[in-house]
Formats: sequence, structure tokens, C-alpha cells
Amino acid sequence: MSENERIGGVLEGVGGRGGIEQQIVLPWSRALQMTRENIFVRLGRSAITASGICLGIAFLTAVLFGASASRLLAEMDLERLGVEHEAGELQARIIWLAAMSLVVATVGIVNSMLMSVTERYKEIGTMKCLGALDTFIVRLFLLEAGLLGVLGSAVGAIVGSGVMMLVYLGRLGGGGVVKAWVTTAVQLGGGDVPLWAAITFSVLIGGVLSILAALYPAWRAAKMPPAAALRSEF
Amino acid sequence: MSVYEYIVRTKNLSKIYTLGGTEVRALDDVALDIRRGEYVSIMGPSGSGKSTLFNMIGGLDKPTKGTVFIDEVDMAQLTASELAFLRCRKIGYIFQTFNLIPVMTALENVTLPMVFAGLTTDAALDRGMELLKVVGLGERHDHKPTELSGGQQQRVAIARAFANDPAIILADEPTGNLDLKTGKEIITLLKRMNEEKKVTVISATHDLKMIDVSDRVVWIRDGKIERIEEREDIQLQVGQMEGEEQ
Repeated sequence: MSENERIGGVLEGVGGRGGIEQQIVLPWSRALQMTRENIFVRLGRSAITASGICLGIAFLTAVLFGASASRLLAEMDLERLGVEHEAGELQARIIWLAAMSLVVATVGIVNSMLMSVTERYKEIGTMKCLGALDTFIVRLFLLEAGLLGVLGSAVGAIVGSGVMMLVYLGRLGGGGVVKAWVTTAVQLGGGDVPLWAAITFSVLIGGVLSILAALYPAWRAAKMPPAAALRSEF
Repeated sequence: MSVYEYIVRTKNLSKIYTLGGTEVRALDDVALDIRRGEYVSIMGPSGSGKSTLFNMIGGLDKPTKGTVFIDEVDMAQLTASELAFLRCRKIGYIFQTFNLIPVMTALENVTLPMVFAGLTTDAALDRGMELLKVVGLGERHDHKPTELSGGQQQRVAIARAFANDPAIILADEPTGNLDLKTGKEIITLLKRMNEEKKVTVISATHDLKMIDVSDRVVWIRDGKIERIEEREDIQLQVGQMEGEEQ
């Protein structure tokens, strides 16, 4: 008896056991559309989820801006002695601060994503009843996390650098504040990373961290038996 | 096409929870055979195990012991993908709390299973509109669930359940959140779909109005089947309230 005959009427119309996976689809265009709907129809809720990312990246951006601004100030202040020595200490402190701010950002992102997924257990259960594969659920949440992550990080970067530009306006002047953008923020691996590059990279990191943070909660939620997911109170 | 007389069969079906040292038998050795095209109501008080039985038959949860056969296929032998296929194409679910996706319109909700089944957008939209018209909600296709009454939401849920022309409809307390009149309308709609589309309907409920349209009623209590009755054998006249239209 062939596999198909054994499987019987219930799996009629399937081209072999391996053909099952091709019979259930979620086109990327539809996934993107659903993600957009999820974010923008629940705009308030999305904003709260993104705020964790936003604040973390704003903090990181501020740290990076401060690093560039300090370096610029040191360059401008020609009468200062031992500039080299101070720059070294400054660098260590900057790396430390930047690392801490990344940790803060990560904690905020993970918490936000966990909440976001848990709130929608019932929806996840429902979608599984409609035939969604586990990978669809994960895909939808990762898309949303990525999109929210990049948007939130971008807003955070703008807020962080905007505030810092105001803060340093007095000491650096208008021209100085602009020049800070091309000043080295950090020295990594022997190379000088200008501020604009460091901040752009931070926005990307925010996006990636958001996706990583959503991965485990989304995977766990997708694996839950639908009955358990549907029992959720939200 | 292979056709089996019993579309659903359960054998020694048990679901046992261990809560703090004590064993709770939500289902205890249940054997139930449901014929193709039947309208079966599983009735019992709260905590009787009817929702648990519903979950087992629908593949929403795994039994502790025993087997569920859908068209003679052991559900426990199915992979996750095969189960998803089953839920997508062969079974339609209706819930007490409607469970529509809140950010989607009625039409988008109804066509979602069709998206999973690989239908083109045009085909899905056509079929979706057709189904919404059948349940009487053609004009409300672009309304979101928050803009629809309970009865209307349940109608959308019913339309969605029929999206991919399933063989089985599973309804868990479909009238639980509805008033008397709306509940009756939903029951009439379900019976109509059962007769017109020859779909097997399995409903877990404690709504006595469901008895009238059922071919068989399975009475369940404390996780065990008390008795199974054919509709003809039940002498019951569900009373009418004043001012109700027939």
C-alpha cells in the first residue's frame, strides 16, 4: 500500500508526503501586507513596542555623539596639555558606555517583543486553526520586529542626536555641531569610525537586535498547541 | 476517491491532567464514531469534557491516551505540516469568541485560509464575497470585527470556516456569546450549510436549541459519554419566548 493510500482520503490531492509543504503557502507580499496592517492599524501599541528600541538606540546615539563632540572639543582646545593621553582614556570610557547602552537597548527590545508576542497568543492560535504553518507565524513576527526595529531605531537616532546637538550647540557652535558628524566617534580595530557611520550602524544594529529578540518568543508561540494558545485571555 | 463511513472515530480517548498531585480526567476512555454528513451535538455541563473532546477531534491538542482517526488516519501520526494541511483544507473551526483577526476586514478574514491554500488573490476575493453573501453579510465585507455585532462576527467566522470547502465543521459553543434570537439564526445557518454542502458538523455546546437540528446528540459528563441519542428518540419541545418570530 503506497503512502498516499495509507494516508487516505483526508490528505486527498497532495502530491506525495513531501508535497504537503508546497500546498500551504504564505507569499512574502501577503506577509508584508499583513505586517504593515499589524503595525499601522495598532499604531499606538506598535509605538509602545518600538519605544523600548527607540530609547535604547537614542541612548547609544547620544553616547556616540558625546564621543565625537568631546574629541572635537579636545582638538579645538589647543592649549590643553596631554591631549593624546586624555583621548586614550576617553576612548575606553566611550567603548564602555556604548556597550552598556547596547545592553540597555537589548533588554528593552527583548521585553517589548516578548509582550508583543504574548499579547497575540489567541491570534496565533486562530491562524494555526486556519492552517498556518509554524514558520508563517515566526515569519510574520520577525518581519514586524525588523520593521519596528528599524523604524524605532531611526527615530531613536534622530532624537538622540537632535538632543545632543542642542546640548553641544553652546560649546561647539553651529559649525562645530555639524562638523561633529564627520569626526571620529570610536576607533575600532585600528580604524576611525566617523559619527555618521557609527550612528547608521547603530540603527542597523537596532533592527537586527529586534529580530533576534523576537525570534525565541515567536518560535515558542508558534510551537504551542493551538488549544493552549486559544485559551489566552488577551 | 476513498470514502469512509465514519469521518471521525475516537478509540480509548483520554486526557489526563496532573494538578498538584491529583489526577484530573478531563476525558476518560471515550469512544465515539461520527458518520459523514452527520450533524452531531456534544452536550454537557461546564467541565464535562466537551471542549476537551472538541480539541482532541480538531487536532488542537494531543490526547494523553487513545487515538483520534480522521478518515481512518491516526492524527498522532501526522506531521506538523500535515496537521496544518488538515486544518487548512479539511476542517473549519468556529469558536464561542469568534476569533476573528481584529486588524483585518471581514473579507480579509474570510479569505485568509484561502491565502494559505494558495488561491490567487482574485479567486480568493470572488469566493470570499460569495461566502459572505451566503451568510448575509455581502455589504459589510470591508468592516472590521469591531464594527460588527456578535452575531455578524459569528457569521463571518462561519463564512471563514467554509473558505476551503472543508469536510468537517467543528463548532465550540458557537452560540455561547450570542442572545437567544441571534443564536437561533446561527443554528439555522449551520444546519442549512450542513444540508446544502453535505458537511459533517460537530458542535460542542450546552445550548439546548442545538438539539432540534442535530441528527444525534452525545451526552457527556465528567469526561465520559453518558449516552448517545438519535434525534427522533428525544422528546423535547424547546419553548418559545413571547414576541419571538419563528
